[in-house]
Amino acid sequence: MKKVILRPSLFALFFILFSINAHSQEVEADSMATASAENAEAASSVVPGGDPEAGEKLFKSLCAACHKPYERAVGPALHGVVNKYDGDFEWLYAWIKNSQKLIKSGDSRAVAIYEEYNQTAMNAFPQLSNQDIDNILAYVEQPKPEPKVAVADNTAAGGQAQGNQISTDLILAILSFVLLLLVVILYLVNKTLNRFAEVNGVQLKSENEQPKKPLWKAYAENGFLVLVTAVVFLLGTAWFGYGYLMQVGVDQGYEPIQPIHYSHRIHAGENKIECKYCHSSARVSKHSGIPSLNVCMNCHKQISKVADETQAKGEEEFNVDYNAEIAKLYEAVGWDKTTQSYTGETKPVKWVRLHNLPDLAYFNHSQHVTVGQIECQQCHGPVEEMEVMYQHAPLTMGWCINCHRETNVKVKDNGYYTKIHEELSKKYNVEEFTAADMGGIECGKCHY
Amino acid sequence: MKYSILFIFCLTLSLSSCADKDDPNYQYFPDMYESLAYETYQEADIFQNEQEAMLPVEGSISRGWMPYDYEDNLEGYDLAKAELKNPLVYSEENLKKGEELYNIYCATCHGKKGDGQGWLVQQEKILGVPSYDDQGRAITEGSVYHVMYYGINTMGSYASQMSEKELWQVDHYVMKLKAELEGKPERAFETEADNEKENEIETEAEEKEVATTE
Repeated sequence: MKKVILRPSLFALFFILFSINAHSQEVEADSMATASAENAEAASSVVPGGDPEAGEKLFKSLCAACHKPYERAVGPALHGVVNKYDGDFEWLYAWIKNSQKLIKSGDSRAVAIYEEYNQTAMNAFPQLSNQDIDNILAYVEQPKPEPKVAVADNTAAGGQAQGNQISTDLILAILSFVLLLLVVILYLVNKTLNRFAEVNGVQLKSENEQPKKPLWKAYAENGFLVLVTAVVFLLGTAWFGYGYLMQVGVDQGYEPIQPIHYSHRIHAGENKIECKYCHSSARVSKHSGIPSLNVCMNCHKQISKVADETQAKGEEEFNVDYNAEIAKLYEAVGWDKTTQSYTGETKPVKWVRLHNLPDLAYFNHSQHVTVGQIECQQCHGPVEEMEVMYQHAPLTMGWCINCHRETNVKVKDNGYYTKIHEELSKKYNVEEFTAADMGGIECGKCHY
Repeated sequence: MKYSILFIFCLTLSLSSCADKDDPNYQYFPDMYESLAYETYQEADIFQNEQEAMLPVEGSISRGWMPYDYEDNLEGYDLAKAELKNPLVYSEENLKKGEELYNIYCATCHGKKGDGQGWLVQQEKILGVPSYDDQGRAITEGSVYHVMYYGINTMGSYASQMSEKELWQVDHYVMKLKAELEGKPERAFETEADNEKENEIETEAEEKEVATTE
C-alpha cells in the first residue's frame, strides 16, 4: 500500500522533469526527439517510474508472442491497460507474474478477463520484477506512433527510384534527339554539296552509262549464288523445324498466375525459411506437396501485415498489394483478424500446379531429397529469388537421364548400399557409382 | 521467290515462339499424360469441395500410428508436462535427426541455440519467442511434445509436418538445447537395452528385426 501512496508525488516529479525536457527539446526544434520525449512523457504520466526503452526489450522478447500494444492479438491490446484497472498496479503485478494463481484465488476481475478471452491462459512470468513490469507498462502506454517516418521513407525511396527512371529516359531521349539531328544535318550537307556541283557544272553521273541490270536478275542468273542460298535456306528450315519439334511438350519457363500472389522471394529468400518447412512432405513422400493452409497460419496468425518497406517494394516493382494477398489467405482459412478466431468457413486455395510430369513417369521426391541429398535448387532453380514461381528445368527425359549419368550415389552411411558397394568396388576397382551404374536408367525404374 | 522465302522463315520463327509462359505448351498425342486414376492433390468434381484429399473418418486408427491421449487444453498441457516422457532412446542417431529437423522447423524463430533469437525474430517479423530456459514456462519433455503437437497461442501445430517419431526426436534436441542454455552437464547417450518405457513407439531397431525375420 505504501507504493500507492508514494505514487502521486513520483508522478508529479516525473511530469515536471519530462515537461522541462520536452520544452528544452522543442526549442532545439528536433521534431523526432520531441515526439519520442512526448511519448515517454505520456507513458510516464500513466506509469510513473517506468522506462519505456527497457520495457520495449522485455515486451518484444516476452510479451509480443501474444500481445500487441494497439491491436488485439491472442491476448488483448495492452495500450490503456493501466487506466482500465484504475492504476491498481498491485493487481497488475499479480496478474502478470502468475495469472492462473489469481484466477484460482477467485479474483472477480481475473475470472472475468479469463472468460472474455475464451479461457486462453496467459503464461506466468515469475522472473519479472515490479520494476520490469513498470517498464513494460510504460512501453505499451506510449501513444501510438504516427506512421510518419515510414511514409516519409517510402516516398523518398519512391522518388529516388522514379528519379533514376526519369534520368535514364532523359538520357535516351537526348541521345535519340542528337541522332535525329545528325541525320538531318547529313541530309542538308549532301543537298548543299549537290547544288554546288550543279552550279559549278560538275557532272556527277557519266552520260554514257548503260541501263543497270536489276539486282534480282543478276542474282537469278548466277547459278552458284542460287545454289548457296538454297542450301542455306534448307539448313535454316531444318534447324528451325527441328528446334520447333524439340520444344513441343516442354514447359520450361511456364509461369501461371496463381490465385494468391505468393512470393518465394520473400519467404525463402529474405526470411530464409527452409524449403522443407512448408514442403515438408518432400522428405518422406513421393509428392512434395503444396503446404496446407495450417502451415501458412503457423506464422501468419501473427503476421497480418507485411513490413512497410516490403509493401512499398511490392507495389512498385511487382504491382502487388501484399497485405491484400494475406487477407485472401485469411478468407480461405476463415480467420477473423478482429476476434482472432477461426470462423469455420473455409475454402481451399486452388493453386496452379506448374511442374507436371505425364502420368506414365514415376518420380519420387523423398528418394531424391532424403536419400540422394540433392539440393532443391538443382532441379527447381533459384526459387529463393523468384517473385513468381516458374519452371526452371525442362523436366524432359533427357534431362533426367543426364543427371543420372553424372551423379554419384550417396553410398556413405546408408546401410542399404553397404553390401553392393563392397562387392562392386572390389569387382570394378572403383569407389563411386553413378545412378546409371546402379540401374538408374532402366525403363522399369521410372516407367513401371 | 524472295517473298516466299521470307514467308516460310517468318512462319517457322513464329511457330517456334508460340509457347506462352502463362499457358502450358502444346503436346503431341498425349496418350498417357493425364491420369485416369485419382492423383493425390488433384481437383475432381465428385468430391466435397472438389478436393481429392478427404479426411479419414474420425476415430479411426491407421497402422503404425497411435492417437495422442492428451487433450488440447490447459489441463492436457499440465498433465503432459507432468507425466509424459519421451519414448525414444536418447541416442546419437536420434539426436542428430532431431537437430536436422529442428533446424528446418524450429530454428527460424527459436534460433539455432534455442535462445529465441531466430532469423525471423532478429528481423522483427515475429516477436515474443521465449528462450528455452525461460523460468515461467519451465518446459519439460512432455510439455514440448504437447506444444509441438497442438501448438500454443501464436505457435501453430507441427504435427502435420513431422511424424510422431520425428517430433520426439526434435523433443530430445530441444531438451539438449535447454540443458546447454542452463549450463547443465550433457546427458549421456542411452542404448536400446536400458530403455524400457511404457508408451513405446516403433523404433528403427524393431523395423530392422521385422525386416530380417521376413
